[in-house]
Amino acid sequence: MGVEEKLPSGVLLTTLENLFGYMRSAAFWPATFGLACCAIEMMTYGAPRYDSGRWGQEVFRASPRQADLMIVAGRVSQKMAPVLRQIYDQMPNPKWVLAMGVCASTGGMFNNYAIVQGVDHVVPVDMYLPGCPPRPEMLIDAMFKLREKVRNTPIGLNAIEAAQEQEQRQLEAPTLVEQKGLLR
Amino acid sequence: MSTTDTTDEATEQDPFAAGGDAAEGHVYTVTGQDWDSLVSEQAERGDERIVVNMGPQHPSTHGVLRLILELEGESVTEARCGIGYLHTGIEKNMEFRNWTQGVTFCTRMDYLAPLHNETTYCLGVERLLDIEAEIPEKASVLRVLMLELNRISSHLVCIATGGMEIGALTVMTIGFREREKVLDAFELITGLRMNHAYIRPGGVAQDLPDKALDFVKDLVVWMKKHLPEYAAFCNENPVFKARLSGVGHLDLAGCLALGITGPPLRATGYDWDLRKKQPYCGYETYDFEVQTWDTMDAYGRFRIRLNEMWQSLTIIEQCVERLEKMRGAPIMIADKKIAWPAQLSIGSDGMGNSNEYIKHIMGQSMEALIHHFKLVTEGFRVPPGQAYIPIESPRGELGAHVVSDGGTRPFRAHFRDPSFTNLQAMPVMCEGAMVSDVVVAVASLDPVMGGVDR
Amino acid sequence: MSDIHEESDEKAPIKGAEPEGESEPDARTKPESLTGEAPSVDSGATEAEEDEAQLATTEPTAEVLQVRRGMFGVKGSGDTSGYGGLTRVVEFPAAATPPFGGWWDQVYDRIGALIPDFSDVITKVVIHRGEITFHVERHHLPNLVQHLRDDARLRFEFCSSVSGVHYPADKGAELHAVYHLQSMTHNRRIRLEVSAPDSDPHIPSVVATYPTADWHERETYDMFGIVFDGHPALTRILMPDDWPGYPQRKDYPLGGIPVEYKGATIPPPDQRRSYS
Repeated sequence: MGVEEKLPSGVLLTTLENLFGYMRSAAFWPATFGLACCAIEMMTYGAPRYDSGRWGQEVFRASPRQADLMIVAGRVSQKMAPVLRQIYDQMPNPKWVLAMGVCASTGGMFNNYAIVQGVDHVVPVDMYLPGCPPRPEMLIDAMFKLREKVRNTPIGLNAIEAAQEQEQRQLEAPTLVEQKGLLR
Repeated sequence: MSTTDTTDEATEQDPFAAGGDAAEGHVYTVTGQDWDSLVSEQAERGDERIVVNMGPQHPSTHGVLRLILELEGESVTEARCGIGYLHTGIEKNMEFRNWTQGVTFCTRMDYLAPLHNETTYCLGVERLLDIEAEIPEKASVLRVLMLELNRISSHLVCIATGGMEIGALTVMTIGFREREKVLDAFELITGLRMNHAYIRPGGVAQDLPDKALDFVKDLVVWMKKHLPEYAAFCNENPVFKARLSGVGHLDLAGCLALGITGPPLRATGYDWDLRKKQPYCGYETYDFEVQTWDTMDAYGRFRIRLNEMWQSLTIIEQCVERLEKMRGAPIMIADKKIAWPAQLSIGSDGMGNSNEYIKHIMGQSMEALIHHFKLVTEGFRVPPGQAYIPIESPRGELGAHVVSDGGTRPFRAHFRDPSFTNLQAMPVMCEGAMVSDVVVAVASLDPVMGGVDR
Repeated sequence: MSDIHEESDEKAPIKGAEPEGESEPDARTKPESLTGEAPSVDSGATEAEEDEAQLATTEPTAEVLQVRRGMFGVKGSGDTSGYGGLTRVVEFPAAATPPFGGWWDQVYDRIGALIPDFSDVITKVVIHRGEITFHVERHHLPNLVQHLRDDARLRFEFCSSVSGVHYPADKGAELHAVYHLQSMTHNRRIRLEVSAPDSDPHIPSVVATYPTADWHERETYDMFGIVFDGHPALTRILMPDDWPGYPQRKDYPLGGIPVEYKGATIPPPDQRRSYS
């Protein structure tokens, strides 16, 4: 976009950040990407008991062009992965991805030829939600955490700085396999 | 030049392959432009027939189903299904796990009726083990109870999503509201809302908790009060009837040729229900009626599903009566070399092995410890052979063809899934109809893509 | 210890089942009493289980799955149970000879009446746990299946499923296609099993008789590579159209990746250690 990218760091930028964050997190519109069992739990999340309409998400947009959140609910097979990417590409910015369930996060119990071992192989993921399937309460929790994250997203210069910092941190951090001896 | 000619020519090798290349004819790309420009483009080109791709991501195709429709105006001249978007390789995965662990895999195939998947698999394994006669009666009654509760929850989802797909959103909200109660019952008895690995070879995993029967009785009362709402909403609703009557017509010969079972078959008037014809788990001792309808269309299938829910409630009441008299009866086979060990109970951190059981295996019985160890690490061995025991799932005949080579793992476990077979009827039902009827026809078949693709 | 098979071949008293018509149920995990060198056995004097083990049919390698030695199947050293001398032969259920009993005979005889020389067509009949399986020679399959569907006394009008099984040990007939047929009129079920070698994986299609087999045969082709001749459109159905290989064969790996934890990785299930 235009103006906010060019603002210098300062009060104006932070205020604008807060405003954008508040607006964007107020009501996500999820795109329907229910694949398997998690899709059913996602439907109950939109259903009366765990009503997602309380925070503006009862409208699951069928068209990705009108959505800003993609909840990948279920196992992504090799055949489905290009479709997933295409739907993600069709969503306009700003957009977020929530990987619901273990199959979407890491491939889950299906560590085999047919399942993509985590949708982060295909799209960038903002929130991972484990569970098989996660209860609707867990999805609510993930959604709230995502809202917090979006609420506090830096923009413009702050975003560039934050990205650089994160990259530096991740370059220096030990890999998972190296983190031994944690139980002592 | 119409799209059909080039399509045929380019795909003569593979008529089912994705035919969306630009080389095969003009591709109209919808990018959010004004719809009129698309229509006028088509009018200019004079293309009579257009190949439209619905899905795999689509709110109305009941999951990741790809419908490839060739349209002439609003009518469908040819229709094909593209499936495989949810293929998980569950059957191959089961070949690398124990027989008991196989239950947790097969339960995720048809994810709206997980207990049915488990049951057909366990029945096959039990037949190979030759322990069919030794399954305790309480385990069979519990299986029937859970199967019927699952039938209710599955039919509710079918009705709810079917209603949503044709635009009746209230049906969806009330459907899911009812279903929550059933899921509560599942959670109380099995510990999970969905994909419970509850039915295991030899019996069931856990006994009923104390309040369970009262809960189920309350559930039945609640259902009886609320199920008439669906009938009130839909049965005589003129819009609903107009959308569903006469749509998705499939007569008996068509059903048998295409291998269709379940509500679509019973909508032709033929009362084929495996619970009556080839009973399992003691179904012959329960008093219920097979529901049929005679209009062979989507409306008939809807009415059958509603009526089947009422019959399920009857069966559940009978199960509860029997279970009241069976308190304390065993729920797993007596043979300790096969019975899954470890009775679970609610521990301080949620769930875990019951303390009495641990005292027993650690302090009282060496054999019990050995059995526990062998079963949990290696699993039991099943004699070589093959078995196929189909059951009546909410969608039709669900059967597991289980092959054993004498080992601790299934050599091959293939599931004959009703959704996979029923979906073959989609072209027959849709060609000649309108696009809106395609949605209704597919919804009336009630395919669950997890079962279709496995 | 391959002597067991050779000896049983020569000394096997009967090819086929016990007189009562049904194959003897297999010995389960009960240890056999075969120890050491294979003893020569009289048919009259032995127990049913030993008889079963001796009843290696004329194709011993196809029927005998494995010979398990020792209590826990541990090879080499390490089995300290003291039962290291135990030898158990694990076999598929043996073939049955007529009369089978019940309606099975009706079906069998009726097929015989309809198809002359049907011993070429049905190569083996196995009855196990109350289910009957006809092993059919693949070239005769369409003809047999048409009779099964059309004849009034057979009337197997419903084909439940067609699936494949890969037996790599069954040399010359590795790929099996299994057909489950159901007669709704008579409320019966039978199973047909057809085999094809890896080198020539062709089996005639039954879609002309049972249209429902369309997608089932496509799935079997997709997963096992069995080509069904005469199928209207045999293409991949579950895997992407250009996928190489046939996933559910035994020589196709499960394809998982190692899972990383903090401080360790766990290999995928097909590459983990196995103790049995």
